Amino acid sequence: MKKNLICVACPLGCPIDVEIENGEVVSVTGNTCKRGDAYARTEITNPMRSLTTSVKIEGGVHPVVPVKSASPVPKGKMFDCMEEINKAVVKAPVKIGDVIIENICGLGVDIVATNCDPGK
Amino acid sequence: MLNYDLVVVGGGPAGMAAALKAKEEGVEKIVILERAETLGGILEQCIHTGFGLHYFGEELSGPEYAGRFIELVEKTDIDVFTDTMVLNISDDNVVTAVNNNEGLMQFKAIAVVLAMGCRERPRGALSIAGSRPAGIMTAGTAQKYVNIDGYMPGKKVVILGSGDIGLIMARRMTLEGAEVKVVCELMPYSGGLTRNIVQCLDDFGIPLRLSCTVVATHGKERLEGVTIAQVDDKLQAIPGTEEYIECDTLLLSVGLIPENELSKDVGVELDRVTSGPVVDEYRETLHPGIFACGNVLQVHDLVDYVTEESQIAGKGAADYIFGKKKGGTFINTKGINGVRYIVPQRVNIEGEENLKLYFRVGQVYKGAKVVVECDGKILSSKKKVKLAPGEMENVVITTEMLKDMNKDSEIVVRVEE
Repeated sequence: MKKNLICVACPLGCPIDVEIENGEVVSVTGNTCKRGDAYARTEITNPMRSLTTSVKIEGGVHPVVPVKSASPVPKGKMFDCMEEINKAVVKAPVKIGDVIIENICGLGVDIVATNCDPGK
Repeated sequence: MLNYDLVVVGGGPAGMAAALKAKEEGVEKIVILERAETLGGILEQCIHTGFGLHYFGEELSGPEYAGRFIELVEKTDIDVFTDTMVLNISDDNVVTAVNNNEGLMQFKAIAVVLAMGCRERPRGALSIAGSRPAGIMTAGTAQKYVNIDGYMPGKKVVILGSGDIGLIMARRMTLEGAEVKVVCELMPYSGGLTRNIVQCLDDFGIPLRLSCTVVATHGKERLEGVTIAQVDDKLQAIPGTEEYIECDTLLLSVGLIPENELSKDVGVELDRVTSGPVVDEYRETLHPGIFACGNVLQVHDLVDYVTEESQIAGKGAADYIFGKKKGGTFINTKGINGVRYIVPQRVNIEGEENLKLYFRVGQVYKGAKVVVECDGKILSSKKKVKLAPGEMENVVITTEMLKDMNKDSEIVVRVEE
């Protein structure tokens, strides 16, 4: 199986072709540097994304406070994480870096606040 | 009348960095006047990450990047007025502002830093046929609704313009459960970062249609759909390519305009390409004692560069306040052959430090050279793997180069294919 990717390791954006057999990467072509090769392999075997969104806050200045995954989560798990985050409600005050949800979806990643809300 | 050494108009990343730099340089009485309820500017609603890679060497979200500067400002004796609107700057640098608590206030300043940022091009700037139903807004407005006010402005979305804000909002709306049907881009290339196209569109299977625009909106009370069409190389819609797309929301990400009403009123000369003030290398405008930095000066793609530029303005303002800013011989910079503009527009050939000229190109180039010349002599020539309108570039002018220039010299930057 062949898969086409655009490399995002730098602004150049090389078009990369990846040859995959039985879930294993057999060849990477089109990249112009080593970073492209590494990007393509991770992107095929285990793509990860930082997740940023917001969570409901009670007693805050605003109705929501922004949050992020403390480290990237698997790309395919983003919507599972969103579902759990959208169920959560935190109480003001909140500070940058406060853990809002521990170990989201059992992925070993915390969801942390990225802004403060001192409360009303 | 309140007396200050420095009045900074705008408390976003530019205003905060300029004020902090001036403080570091020893300026005593500084005030920041901010229209919103908190410091931070537009970063407060940019909750995605990607800020600070250059300046802090780590990837932060907008509020985190702003938060670091807010914390620094709070540690100083810089006065901050939020919820405060600046109405006017007079010829002798008196800044008039108003807020609910103090009413009308006047600040007499030795120097003023303009850091008002920019705003989005609105629907009125585009000629799209149709009435004015609810559901048509700029991408930044939708961003505020979702990220600050906590509600979704629609369910089925079309986005016009593939600048970074449009791309970021395509992902944001999708994550919150909306269906983003298509992103239309008038130009044959996207103005956004490749990384955003991959991670905001491709990841979610959102199509990007290039050389395509919205030609009509439908619906009276609420948007019901839009008609899109392909455009030719003169950017005119091609008859017969129209396509109806059902949607309740149209987000516009069609460019940013520096917010220079205050600058114009006080007679600061503006650059016709950047729509920002004409400045010298210290970021002083042609109006003595008035400096400018950040998106009010030129629209940036990275906040890290805003910080860098604002520190130059803060230092320039401090030197002006202490009477250290010497005169000099100023010459013009000029961009030709694909270089759309250069900031700063004026350079002091008696300057004692190396300086950077920032510029943008008008189209995508691969493997082209950036050439700097003066009086027919090539000062530098550097091959670039890629040049794109979406990414600000810079070239360095050394004091060594300045030595050979005279009052009639002109520094020219061009692209050579």
